[in-house]
Amino acid sequence: MILNTVWFILVTVLFIGFFFLEGFDYGVGILLPFLGKNDTERRAVINTIGPVWDGNEVWMITAGGALFASFPNVYATLFSGFYLAMVLMLVALIIRGVAFEFRGKRESKSWRALWDWAIFTGSLLPALLWGVTVANLMRGFAIEQDMNYYGGLLPLLNPYGLLGGLVFVSLFTMHGANFLTRKVSDGIAERAKKAAFTFWIVATVLTVAFVAWTFFATDILTKPGINGLVPAVLAAVTLLVTGWLIRARKSGWAFITGSLTVVFATIMVFAGLYPRILVSSLDPSWSLTIVNAASSPYTLKVMTIVAAIFVPIVLVYQGWTYWIFRKRVEAKPEELTY
Amino acid sequence: MDPLLLSRWQFAITTIYHFFLVPLTLGLSILVAIFENRYVATGNETYKRLTKFWGKIFLINFAAGVVTGIVQEFHFGMNWSGYARFMGDIFGAPLAIESLLAFYMESTFIGLWVFGWDKLSKKMHLAAAWLVAIGSSISAFWILIANSFMQNPVGYAIENGRAVMTSFLALVTNPNLPYQFLHVLAAGITTAGFVALGFSAWHLLKDKKGDIEFFQIAFKWAAAYALIGAVMVGLVGDAHGKYLGKHQPMKIAAAEAIWDTADPADFVVVAAIDEEAGKNGFEIRVPNALSFLLYNRFTGEVKGLNELQEEAKAQYGDGNYIPPVALTFWSFRIMVGVGTLMVLLAFLAVVRPKVKFLNKSPLFLKALFLAMVLPYLASTFGWILTEEARQPWIVYGLQKVEEAVSPNLSAGTVLFSLILFTLLLGATVAVTGWLMYKYGTSDPKAEKAAEY
Repeated sequence: MILNTVWFILVTVLFIGFFFLEGFDYGVGILLPFLGKNDTERRAVINTIGPVWDGNEVWMITAGGALFASFPNVYATLFSGFYLAMVLMLVALIIRGVAFEFRGKRESKSWRALWDWAIFTGSLLPALLWGVTVANLMRGFAIEQDMNYYGGLLPLLNPYGLLGGLVFVSLFTMHGANFLTRKVSDGIAERAKKAAFTFWIVATVLTVAFVAWTFFATDILTKPGINGLVPAVLAAVTLLVTGWLIRARKSGWAFITGSLTVVFATIMVFAGLYPRILVSSLDPSWSLTIVNAASSPYTLKVMTIVAAIFVPIVLVYQGWTYWIFRKRVEAKPEELTY
Repeated sequence: MDPLLLSRWQFAITTIYHFFLVPLTLGLSILVAIFENRYVATGNETYKRLTKFWGKIFLINFAAGVVTGIVQEFHFGMNWSGYARFMGDIFGAPLAIESLLAFYMESTFIGLWVFGWDKLSKKMHLAAAWLVAIGSSISAFWILIANSFMQNPVGYAIENGRAVMTSFLALVTNPNLPYQFLHVLAAGITTAGFVALGFSAWHLLKDKKGDIEFFQIAFKWAAAYALIGAVMVGLVGDAHGKYLGKHQPMKIAAAEAIWDTADPADFVVVAAIDEEAGKNGFEIRVPNALSFLLYNRFTGEVKGLNELQEEAKAQYGDGNYIPPVALTFWSFRIMVGVGTLMVLLAFLAVVRPKVKFLNKSPLFLKALFLAMVLPYLASTFGWILTEEARQPWIVYGLQKVEEAVSPNLSAGTVLFSLILFTLLLGATVAVTGWLMYKYGTSDPKAEKAAEY
């Protein structure tokens, strides 16, 4: 039983890594067409995430894989239930993934503009769809007794779900703008700083509305025992501090506190769900939990050993990569790779 | 049309797209690392240019490989939730391990390799190249552990209507795995060899004012690499066939269109297959040759499809357990035929400098350029063979494909995604191919002007 909880925590950690890392590179992608005034500047923007975006995306792939290995029923219910949302997400990730590689391969202006917008769309859509998905997980959806959801896409696009989507988009955009402020120089950095503040305002307003709605419409913040209240408060505090730090031009600190907001918000979601993973809105006993959705104790044991060995190794070499590429990217064509 | 059929088409099409890209990633990552290794060991700048030139082709291909791979991962939950529930305990583990061991490694060190030319020492940069190559092979290894289980389930028990893992060791020592892994790895080496050979041949043929010496060196390496790969594919494939003859007789019987049990068994070269009637019409046979292929002697029983069908019915209950025979039979012949042709071409490419006739023949260079398509044909039909010859099972003997499909999908929904993925991934593969052609036929001296 304890391994079920260990894996719930590990899946949470993988989603934290995913939202924290892909969060800023989705944000950078969303800001790309607006912050880069010419091709060289846009290349500089892309180069800030060039060496790391692929590694960041692996956090999503691993979160999915870990979910499959530890809670296969969740994987089955979620991915088949949210089928069309997943299709759209894949479409976005496909065009985004190839866009980074294809963009620089031709000089033509229209070719590059095409892939700039592909990066924009490919970053915006997953941010939105993950937000919609997470909000629906918090509120619960119509899972039937056979663990399947038959409702299709439309019921998931409810106002609460869509608000969740917008919260994700605005938070990630702010997060990406904070990252850019640190990673580029001069004019672009100044524009990134302005964007960070604008999106901080938007994110704060939307987040307040979303948390209030969450308080009344779900039990995430209020259920007895472990719930999301404390991390929600911490997320709110770090978000407020982030706004102040952006204004005070302490961009490094603003990035850190903004990151903490993403981390605490993710913890809020999972703490509020625990020990459930997928909540059935039809009958609480039809919910998928860390018990009825889990793999066998043997598989969980094997996977725990594997994770205990390899997760630290991954953290070390990914951290090292960020250290290697810690310098600001200058908007000088001869120094740019993409 | 029903969601099951559409889901099967979707999986088949997206897998084939994915496997247009994977073998080149596997093989070319190693070749690029070998070139960089030579550069670091000898300090010869030509090898640095070779590294960068083929590295660029590798990167274009890799990006598309990643995105088609994510589609495959999501599929198991999206279209095959019955499979995910039944098999998650076993299948999820290697998939997650692949991600943890291989994907992080590949993606992180590719970032370092691309952006780190002037940020890392020569040796660290070389290490990054090797780690990318090793990561790619590890990735193939773990996903093939998962696929090997589907072909040959080991180390499991059935509990509460689902398969659970009882021995992780049995899973990673699946006797089917070494054949499958080495076959795929060798196919990757062959693919990279033929792609490098094809573009080198193009330059030697067309680019008279270009860097002839550069591409002569590339040609020499590529030819040897292609020959090693192609011979290894054949040897491993032959050993795999012998293994399957013992352990998955239905697969062999279908691939060879053997309807009736025979001892000794003839090898059917070509046949007009009548699946309805359960026999072949016209056929060309080589007496006793199939027994020889499977057992290395001219006797030995090979069970026919009709008898195996009766055995399966007795074991699993009523139903049709014979895979699509004509499809597997012809896929097998295309795979082996193309594979043999590649061994021949790679051999001729290796001896080209010594044979005057070949050395002067523009026709041979043209043939090598066109031969770039061959490894892709062989890989595609290889996978069609191995996956189709397992039908009606998704997991051999444990779960049928029809039980694996998600119950909550409508035909319209799957049709929509099928069309979308077919077009989008088709376009992705097409643009990838076009960019590879553009860079493969570009002048390596103009490197600085290009994007990297």
